[in-house]
Amino acid sequence: MWRVRLIPDKTDIPFLRWRNGLFAFSAALAIISVALLFAKGLNFGIDFEGGILIEVGSEGPADISDMRITLGELGLGEVSLQEFGSNTEVLIRIERQPGDADAQQAAITLLRDTLDTRYAGELTYRRTEFVGPKVGAELIQAGIIAMVLSIALMLVYIWFRFELPFAIGAIIALMHDVLLTLGMFSLFGLEFNLAIVAAILLIVGYSMNDTVVVYDRVRENLRKYKKMPLVELLNVSVNDTLSRTVMTSLTTLLALAALLIFGGEVIRDFTIAMIWGVFVGTYSSIFVASSILVHVKPGAGTNVTKSGFSGAERTEAVEQVADDVGLQKFAALPDSGDDEDEAIDAAPETASDGSRASRRASKSRAKRDKRRRKKRR
Amino acid sequence: MLRIRLWQVIAVVLVCAASILFALPNLFSERSLSTYYPGWLPSQRVNLGLDLQGGSHLLLEVQVDAVMVERMDALVDDARTALRGGRIGYTGLKRRGQKVVLQLTKVENLDAAEDLLSDLDREIVVAVTGSGAVEISLNETAIAERKSSALSQSIEIIRRRIDETGVSEPTIQRQGEDRILVQLPGLQDPERLKRLLGKTAKMSFHLVDQTVTDADLARGRVPPGTMRLPADDEVDSAGNPRLYPIRKRVMVSGDSLVDSQPTFQDNQAVVSFRFDSSGAKKFGRVTQENVGRPFAIVLDGKVISAPVIREAILGGSGVISGNFNAQTAKDLALLLRAGALPAPMKILEERTVGPDLGADSIEAGRIACVIGFLAVVIFMLLYYGLFGIVADIALILNLIIIFGMLSLWQATLTLPGVAGIVLTIGMAVDANVLIFERIREEVKAGRSPYSAMEAGYKRAFTTIFDSNITTLIAAVILYLFGSGPVQGFAVTLGIGIITSMFTAMLVSRYILVWWLKRYRPKTLPL
Repeated sequence: MWRVRLIPDKTDIPFLRWRNGLFAFSAALAIISVALLFAKGLNFGIDFEGGILIEVGSEGPADISDMRITLGELGLGEVSLQEFGSNTEVLIRIERQPGDADAQQAAITLLRDTLDTRYAGELTYRRTEFVGPKVGAELIQAGIIAMVLSIALMLVYIWFRFELPFAIGAIIALMHDVLLTLGMFSLFGLEFNLAIVAAILLIVGYSMNDTVVVYDRVRENLRKYKKMPLVELLNVSVNDTLSRTVMTSLTTLLALAALLIFGGEVIRDFTIAMIWGVFVGTYSSIFVASSILVHVKPGAGTNVTKSGFSGAERTEAVEQVADDVGLQKFAALPDSGDDEDEAIDAAPETASDGSRASRRASKSRAKRDKRRRKKRR
Repeated sequence: MLRIRLWQVIAVVLVCAASILFALPNLFSERSLSTYYPGWLPSQRVNLGLDLQGGSHLLLEVQVDAVMVERMDALVDDARTALRGGRIGYTGLKRRGQKVVLQLTKVENLDAAEDLLSDLDREIVVAVTGSGAVEISLNETAIAERKSSALSQSIEIIRRRIDETGVSEPTIQRQGEDRILVQLPGLQDPERLKRLLGKTAKMSFHLVDQTVTDADLARGRVPPGTMRLPADDEVDSAGNPRLYPIRKRVMVSGDSLVDSQPTFQDNQAVVSFRFDSSGAKKFGRVTQENVGRPFAIVLDGKVISAPVIREAILGGSGVISGNFNAQTAKDLALLLRAGALPAPMKILEERTVGPDLGADSIEAGRIACVIGFLAVVIFMLLYYGLFGIVADIALILNLIIIFGMLSLWQATLTLPGVAGIVLTIGMAVDANVLIFERIREEVKAGRSPYSAMEAGYKRAFTTIFDSNITTLIAAVILYLFGSGPVQGFAVTLGIGIITSMFTAMLVSRYILVWWLKRYRPKTLPL
C-alpha cells in the first residue's frame, strides 16, 4: 500500500548541535517581545479596556466614510469603523464613555438611534457588546490568575511525574511560547481579548503536551542508555519523537487551517493565535525544552522507582519475553486471566522454560518483589 | 495490553452506542424531532450558546447600597422621634454614609439615649464615638441580610418583568453579592428590555405643596417636608425639566397596586391601576380630603403628572395620564404590575448577537468542522494506511461521543466551543499517532507484530496520559476562570481530550487487536 512519508523512519538530525545559536535566537525573540510589550503594548479589545462594539450588516456595500462622519459628530469620543469580513459588514468601536454604566447605555442608545434615522431600514444589528470598566478590570484579573495558575499547576505536575530539572525546562519553554505569542500580537496590533487569553492557555497546554512527549522519551532513554553522554541522549530522544511531533502538529494545523479559512470572521484572531502557537510550541519543544536540559541536567534514572507507571527493566523484560514467546503465546493464554501483566510475566515458565528470557524475567520479578518488600517496610 | 476481556468490550460498545443515541437528535430539526422522532429515544439536542442562536446576555448590578441609605434615612426619623419622646436634647442628627450620627447636648444623658436608641431595633448597633457623640449603624448580619434579600427580591422582579414581555426561556442567575446575570435567547432587540430592566419603577402618590411660589421653587427655597422634583417630560421655557414642589410624605405607595393596564381615554394613551383593599381605603380618604388640589404621581423621583383631584375616588382604581404613547403606556403598566425593584440597577456588561450573525457562525463552524475533519481523516489514511482507517474510526466515534455528551449534559455549545471541536479533531489523533509511531519504532527494532503492538501500546500509555493531563489542566482552569463563550471552549476541549484518550486507548486498540488475532499478519502495514 502506498504511503505518505514526511519524516524518514530513522532520523539523526543534530538538533542539539545548533542549540547555542537557536538558544540565542529564541532569547532574542523573547527579549524583543518583552520590549514590544513595554514599548507598544497590546491592542486590548473591549473585554479588557471596556467600551462599546457594534457590528452592523447593511443591504448593499456599506458606506463607511459616511458612517464615520455621521457617528463622529455625536461627540462620543474616539469612534473607529472597519470593514469586518466583507464590505456589507461594519464593526463600530467606541471608547469607554466618561461616567458610570448609565452613560455607556446612553451612548449605545444614541448610536443606534442615529444609525436608525440615517440609514432607516438598511441596517441590521449583528452584534452589540458593551463591557463596563468594572467588569473589564475583573476580566483582566481572572485572565492573569488563570494563566499563572495553569502554568503553576503544570509545573507541579511535571515535577511530580518527572523531576525538577524537567519542570524547569518545561516552564522556560512555556514562558518562551507565551512571550512570543504576546510579542506577535503586539507587533501586528491584533486585538487582544478574552478569546485570545483562552488561545494562549491552549497554546500553553499544547506546547506542554509536545514537551512532555519529548521528556518522556528522555526519561526512558536515561534509563536505557546509562552511559550515553547527555547531549547525545537528548538528541536521540528528540529524533525518536520527531515523527510524532511533526505528525500531530500537521493534523492540528490542518484542522486550524480549516477554521481559519471557513470559520468566519469572529474567531479569526483566535485561530491566528492558535496557528502561531502550534508553530512556536512545536519549535520550542524540539529546540528549547531539550536544550535547557543540557544546563539543568536531569539525574539519570533517579525517578525510575518514583514514577508510578513502568519500571524500565521490567517492561524490557516483558517485551523480551513476548518476543521469544511470539504469537503462540496469546493463543495459549486463557481468556480469563486475573491480571494481564501477571499473565505475561508468568507465561515463559510454561511456554519456554529455562530460556534466557525467562531467566531475565524472573530476575526482574525478583528485583521488583524486593522493591515492593522494601516499600512495605 | 493486547488481552481484552469481554466485559471491557461490552462496556466500550455500550458507551459508544449510548453516545450515538444521545448524539442522534442533533441530525434532525426541532420540528421533525417533535413529530417523527420516537418518543422513547432521548431527544435533547445540543444547547446552543447565545453567540450561535442569537440573543442577549446582560450582567446587572443591584445598587444594594441604596437599600442601606434608605434604611438609614428611616432610622434618622425613628431616632428623632425616640429622643424627642425621651426629652433628650441633641444636635446634628443626620445620616453620614451608611451610619446615623448625632451629638447629645448634655453628656449625662448618654446612658438614657443609648438605651432609647438601642430599643429602636434589634438590628442596630449604638456606639459612642466621643464625648456625647453617638453613631448608629446596622450590625453585620443585618447588613448582609438586607443586601441579600434586596438581591433575591430584584431577581424576582426581573423575572416578572421579563416574563411579562414574553421572552421565552430566560436564564436569570444570581452572581456574587450584588449581581444578576440575565440571558435571553432569541431576543432580537434588547433595547426595550434594557429600558424596562433599568427602571426601578418605584411609584408613589404625593400632595403638591401649594404654598411654594414659582420664584421660591426656582431658587430652591422650599420648606422642610417638601422636595423639588423634576417632571418626567414636561419642560419649561428654557428647556429644563419643569420642577414641582412635592410633599415628602407618601400618601399612597405603589406597593399597594394589584393591577395596571394600558388603555385609552379620549384618544390618549393612559395607564389604569387598581389598589388592594387597604390601598383603596387610603386612596379614597386622601382623595376625599383633597378635592380640588393637585395630586402628584411620582415614579423614580420624577413627576409623571399632577392632575387636580376632581372628586373622591372610592373604588380604589383610577388612571394615570401623562405624555404617553401606546408603547410607553404599555411599558409603564408592565412595570407597575411587576412591582418596583428594591434598589436601582446598572448594566455592567452586555453581549447581544443578532440571529443573522448566529446563523452565519453556525454555518461557518459546520463547514470548518467538516473540512477540518475530512482533511485530517484523509491525511491519516495516507500516512498510516490500515492503521489510519482505525484511527479515523476512532476519530468519528470521538466526535459522536463529544456531541452525545454535550447533548446529555445540556452543556452549552458556543462559537469558541465549535473551534474547540475543530481543534480536538486535529489533536485527537495525537494519541493514536503516539501509539502508531511507537509501534513502528518497535517493528524497526526487530520485534514481531504481536510484541511490537504490545510494547507500543504499553509504552505510549504513560506518554499519552502525561501529555494529555497537561492540556486537561489548561481546560479545567479555562472553565473555572472563563466566562460564557470561553467556558464553552473549555467544555468541548476538556471532553475532547478525555474522549480522545478513550477512543485511542480502548476503541482503536480493540479493533487492532481483533484484526491481529483474526489475520495474524507477518508484518504490520504501518
